[in-house]
Amino acid sequence: MHIMEGFLPPFWAAFWYLLCIPFWIWGAMQAKKVFREHPEQKLVMAVSGAFIFVLSSLKLPSVTGSSSHPTGTGLSAMLFGFAITSVLATIVLVFQALLLAHGGITTLGADVFSMGVVGPIVGYYMFKLMRKGGIALPLTAFMAAVLADWATYLVTSLQLALAFPGGNLVQAFEVFAGVFAITQVPIAIGEGILIWMFFDFLLKSRPKLVKQLLGEADAGKTAGG
Amino acid sequence: MKDRYKYALAIVLMVAIFAIPFIISPNAKFGGADVAGSAAIQEQQPDYQRWALPLWQPPPETESMLFALQAALGAGLIGYFIGHEKARMEHMRKKED
Repeated sequence: MHIMEGFLPPFWAAFWYLLCIPFWIWGAMQAKKVFREHPEQKLVMAVSGAFIFVLSSLKLPSVTGSSSHPTGTGLSAMLFGFAITSVLATIVLVFQALLLAHGGITTLGADVFSMGVVGPIVGYYMFKLMRKGGIALPLTAFMAAVLADWATYLVTSLQLALAFPGGNLVQAFEVFAGVFAITQVPIAIGEGILIWMFFDFLLKSRPKLVKQLLGEADAGKTAGG
Repeated sequence: MKDRYKYALAIVLMVAIFAIPFIISPNAKFGGADVAGSAAIQEQQPDYQRWALPLWQPPPETESMLFALQAALGAGLIGYFIGHEKARMEHMRKKED
C-alpha cells in the first residue's frame, strides 16, 4: 500500500494530506487525553503501536506469487479508535518514508489515509457492528484486523485509480485492485490470526482495561471467556 | 481447549498460510506488491513523470537492517508486555491462594 515517492500527481498528494489533517489533530488530542486521564492505558497503546511497527515491516508471500505486508492497525483501531491509530500509523509511515525509501513524503498523506484512517475506520465500525450482533470478543478482533488490513489495500487501489484513471475509472480500479486485492487476502487472514491470539491473551490479563477501552465496562459481568 | 494448544494451533495455521504460496507456485518471484503498483501506474499512464525521489535511499544491506530493526523494536515491546503480564497474573494468582 506504500505509494512510492513522487508517484502521485501534486494535486492528489495534497488532496490526501488535507483529508488526513483532521484525523491527526483529533488523534493527537485523544492521545493526550489518554495520557492525562488514563496513564495506565499508555503501555497497551504502545503495544498496539508496536503491532503496526512489526506487521508493516514484514513482507509476506502470498498465493498470487507476489509479496505484500500486513498493516497491524486492527488492534489499535478496536482499543483506541481510528483517530489515535492514524497517529500511530503516521509514525510508522514516516519512519519508512525517511529511512527505508518506502513510500514517500509526497505520498505520505495518501498512505496515512489508506493505512491509518480508512483501514482503522473499517476495522473499528465492523468491530462495533459485530459486538452489537453478539459475536464473541476474540473473534471480532480477528475480523476487525482482517478487514482493516484488506480495506487499506482497496483504498490504495482507489487512490491510484483516481490519480491514473486512463479514461475509465472503474477499469483503472480493476487494474490496481488486481495488483493488491487478491494478494492481500491470505496476508490479512494471517494477520487476523495473530491479532486474535494477542487479543485473547489481553482479554485474560487485563479484562477490566479491555472492557473500559471498548466502552463495554458494564457488560463485564455477563461477557465471560 | 487449553490456551497453549489453542495458540499452538493458531501458529501452525499462520505458518501454513505463508508456506503454501511456495508450494503452489515454486517458481514465482514473490516481488513486492508495492513495486507492482508503481509498475501498473506506468502502464496506465506511460508518460507520467515521477516528480519527487526519496531524500535518502539506504544501501540494500542497511535497508534490510532497518527493516529488521523496525520489526525488532515492535516485537521487543510486545515480548516485554507479554512477559510483564504473565508475571503479573502469576503474582495475583499466588496472592489469592
